[in-house]
Amino acid sequence: MPALRIENLKKSYGAVPVLNGIDLTVDNGDVVAVIGRSGSGKSTMLRCINGLEPFQDGAIEVAGHVLDRSRANLRELRKEVGMVFQSYNLFPHLSVAENITLAPRVVKGVPKEQQSALVEEVLARVGLQEKRHAFPDELSGGQQQRVAIARSLAMKPKVMLFDEVTSALDPELTGEVLKTIAELAQAGMTMVLVTHEMGFARRVANRTVFMHQGRIWEEGRSEELFANPRTPELQSFVAPDLK
Amino acid sequence: MIQSFGWSSVGFLWNGLIWTVGLSLCTFVCGGIFGLIFAVGRALGPRWLQVIIAGYIQLIQATPLLILVFLAFYGLSFAGFYFPPLAAAAISLTIYSTAFLADIWRGCIEAIPATQWEAADALALSRTQRLRYVILPQAFRIALGPTVGFMVQIVKNTSVTALIGFVELTRAGQLLNNMTFQPFHVFLTVAAMYFLVCFPLSWWSERLKERKHAGAAH
Repeated sequence: MPALRIENLKKSYGAVPVLNGIDLTVDNGDVVAVIGRSGSGKSTMLRCINGLEPFQDGAIEVAGHVLDRSRANLRELRKEVGMVFQSYNLFPHLSVAENITLAPRVVKGVPKEQQSALVEEVLARVGLQEKRHAFPDELSGGQQQRVAIARSLAMKPKVMLFDEVTSALDPELTGEVLKTIAELAQAGMTMVLVTHEMGFARRVANRTVFMHQGRIWEEGRSEELFANPRTPELQSFVAPDLK
Repeated sequence: MIQSFGWSSVGFLWNGLIWTVGLSLCTFVCGGIFGLIFAVGRALGPRWLQVIIAGYIQLIQATPLLILVFLAFYGLSFAGFYFPPLAAAAISLTIYSTAFLADIWRGCIEAIPATQWEAADALALSRTQRLRYVILPQAFRIALGPTVGFMVQIVKNTSVTALIGFVELTRAGQLLNNMTFQPFHVFLTVAAMYFLVCFPLSWWSERLKERKHAGAAH
């Protein structure tokens, strides 16, 4: 069973179509980069996968949960599908440790004595053990984003979605976040990453999907896709990056 | 019988002040409970509930408090529900402060960015959990300053209940003036006592507002 299967996904805002029939399958352990111009529907597709955006037609099956227009069982699905946002969206009134334990505690009922170890474990994976008592506004953007990744990891997700997670960071801080994501990829996490970092997509993702006008325009193994883009749209999109 | 303004007069006014503070506290607690329910309903409830609460807020905010007090005291007794002045005062002030607190707090709830809801949503928190653990604690911090500021309004507005014969600080001042004919002594003391209660609240409110700005600077 694939980790994620999207079938004929269609969505529009009023009369404006955003997604025009997306079909995508992601296997366990796959790292899929989604690239494309602004407005091509990348983020919208990603947000449909965990139900943040409703859609009009099609079906999504992720981590064994079927999501259709009824939006039933959305919470069960979200327990196993993590998401990291462009603007981090940490809870500013909670410490790093509290940000991490909130959902495991109130959603999954993880007992108090296990919470500390959980914080330790996920912060170690993002390299921020010393920040467990800090508050979000005391951290740099890159650190906040790594805490957001740790917060998502604490739910032990089967699939993780990354929505342009480095777009709000300057290049220096982008590196530390990308390194964290690359380590997750190495550890076998199934991930779908919407990104503008072409070099990163090429290096870390085993597959890349190019979206254009609400469709999957071209997809394939990352190496091949970047080396030999077939469509003129992708050629012009990646060309400046190859120089 | 004419008597002179003296320490016993101050004691008499002090008693009135106790009633003013008591009525204010009662108003704040009751108005706070209903205000919170109304604020959440107004910000997040179904459409029909939002419309009803918005209508309530508009109606009460456009009505002079004195009219509410008269309605609760004279109006309800005419309709067969007699309330003593204290109860009528508490009821009308609660109705009044509910509308204002609901409006203040609704604004604070709506000031929390949608991305906070989304982040909590993506972590599988239920709607109630999102409100309880993510939205309300943040809204509470923003709300502290304006809420304490509104307490000052409540304290001062309890004075209108003097007109239905509830002996709080202002009514006590009136009674004392009738006995002493020394209005400056009496009403300056009354004013000083209001100041004694209101100034610390105003000062605290300002400090809370400053802290909020400092905290938000990241």
